[in-house]
Amino acid sequence: MTAVGLPTAAVPRRRARGLARRRGTSVVMVALTCAAAALAIVPLVAILAYLLKQGAGALSLEFFTNMPRPVGEAGGGMANAIVGTLILIGIASAVGLPIGIGAGLYLAERGGTKLANLVRFLADVLNGLPSIVMGIFAWQFLVRPIGHFSALAGGAAIGAMMIPLVTRTTEEMVRTVPQSLREAALALGYPRWRTSLQIVLRTALGGIVTGVLVAVARVAGETAPLLFTAFGNQFWSTQVTQPIAALPLQVFVYAISPYDEWHAQAWAGALVLIALVLVISVLARFAVRSRHGRAND
Amino acid sequence: MAARMTDAVALAAAVPANLGAAPAAMETRALNAYFGSTHAVRDVSLTFPENEVTAIIGPSGCGKSTLLRCLNRMHETVPLARVEGTVLFHGRNIYGAGVDPIALRRHVGMVFQRPTPFPTMSIRDNVAAGLRVQLGERLDRRQVDEVVERALRQAALWDEVKDRLKASATGISGGQQQRLCIARALATAPHVLLLDEPTASLDPLSTQKVEELVYELRSSMTVIIVTHNMQQAARVSDRTVFMLSGEMVEAAPTRAVFTTPSDPRTEAYITGRFG
Repeated sequence: MTAVGLPTAAVPRRRARGLARRRGTSVVMVALTCAAAALAIVPLVAILAYLLKQGAGALSLEFFTNMPRPVGEAGGGMANAIVGTLILIGIASAVGLPIGIGAGLYLAERGGTKLANLVRFLADVLNGLPSIVMGIFAWQFLVRPIGHFSALAGGAAIGAMMIPLVTRTTEEMVRTVPQSLREAALALGYPRWRTSLQIVLRTALGGIVTGVLVAVARVAGETAPLLFTAFGNQFWSTQVTQPIAALPLQVFVYAISPYDEWHAQAWAGALVLIALVLVISVLARFAVRSRHGRAND
Repeated sequence: MAARMTDAVALAAAVPANLGAAPAAMETRALNAYFGSTHAVRDVSLTFPENEVTAIIGPSGCGKSTLLRCLNRMHETVPLARVEGTVLFHGRNIYGAGVDPIALRRHVGMVFQRPTPFPTMSIRDNVAAGLRVQLGERLDRRQVDEVVERALRQAALWDEVKDRLKASATGISGGQQQRLCIARALATAPHVLLLDEPTASLDPLSTQKVEELVYELRSSMTVIIVTHNMQQAARVSDRTVFMLSGEMVEAAPTRAVFTTPSDPRTEAYITGRFG
């Protein structure tokens, strides 16, 4: 019977051994990747947990509504720094988003030219620029000529940091839009610029927003470029031509102070900073989703 | 029988392309198209009579799509592509000085091989897209709605989507998406409709719908359809152009091309000896 090739006992046993070994390898590899994934989350969870533990105590409604108070006085808050950070993010976005998205669109739609290669290279260099250097640069060209620190200078400094981030994400996202979509628009009588703006950019919008949010989150916590541009302000100010308070600056000042209540406030400030970025992200995503779903004219 | 066949040949030969019953909607004269150093269309002179369906057939890479893309100046949108020669659209050279390709494309619509609905737009906005870009904001909502309905009915899609005009255009089937793209091209009432293998990615039922649509469209416009499906050319077209290696081999009424081709290469192709 064996002559006609019916399976002998040895063959299944060998197969079973091979299968067991493969299964074993699989289990080990899955476990290893699981462990790596868990390890990657550990710092994030640890930071969040520790922030909550340390900062939640000093967090109250007053923290959002009150101004900083001198040491010893209870109930101080960071209202000016929260508003200041929002204003700085606004200025930075006004500077960084149009330039970044425009440059990214250019790189993706006209990618082959020498100028495009140069821009792409410069964006990468800019991306690697230490933020303190950006601060010095803004100080030299915005603070010194004007004569004093200002929210504008601070916003411009961190806005400039957003540019390369936004440029490269926009480029990547616009590249994912299929060429057939551009051709379809051109064949309908769309001029090139309207094809790029109304068809290509809109199609890539979801991905671009994600990139923008990463950029906002990154610069919202920047301290170094603000030290000698926005400078910080112990008082209420929403004037963009004046020095302005910012959460990271306030956290920095309080954290290096010798007072326990200020330390607690610094933790609370850090917590609020993270929450702020989170809220902006959720809002922006929500806005994009509702816009995509809407059948608009 | 043989005598009648010969008569058909004689008849086809006796009616030159430019002396057909209908005047020419488009005409090419010594048209050459290149991709860099590749010579994709070689010296093609052709007439596309008004309100007729002309099918362009030929093996892959014979230049039929390139020829089609020369007719609405889409060829030149590809890097390194260039065109020589003349293409007349109602008697005017579209490659002449002062012709705006964007304006031309509004009169010469095009549908591609794969459905290309704009993913960020609703079904309704897709159909209205060409309209909006051409007329700006001058149309009010009701006018847009009317045009959208008319175009969708023309494309035999209205009944399937009328209840979800505001839904995303990517949520419908591939066949529906292709008919949506045809509706989008029809919404602006072009004089000429160019179809570049419009059923190549569709199932048989959707293909049938598109073919019926093409057949009906010629009452209102000139249709030029590129296909590598000979049966399709035979089913939908009045005239057939056979191309090979960038050259136009034969252009004649469809019946003549498929029953009594005058060129041995045409006969070899339609009898399945190559391609």
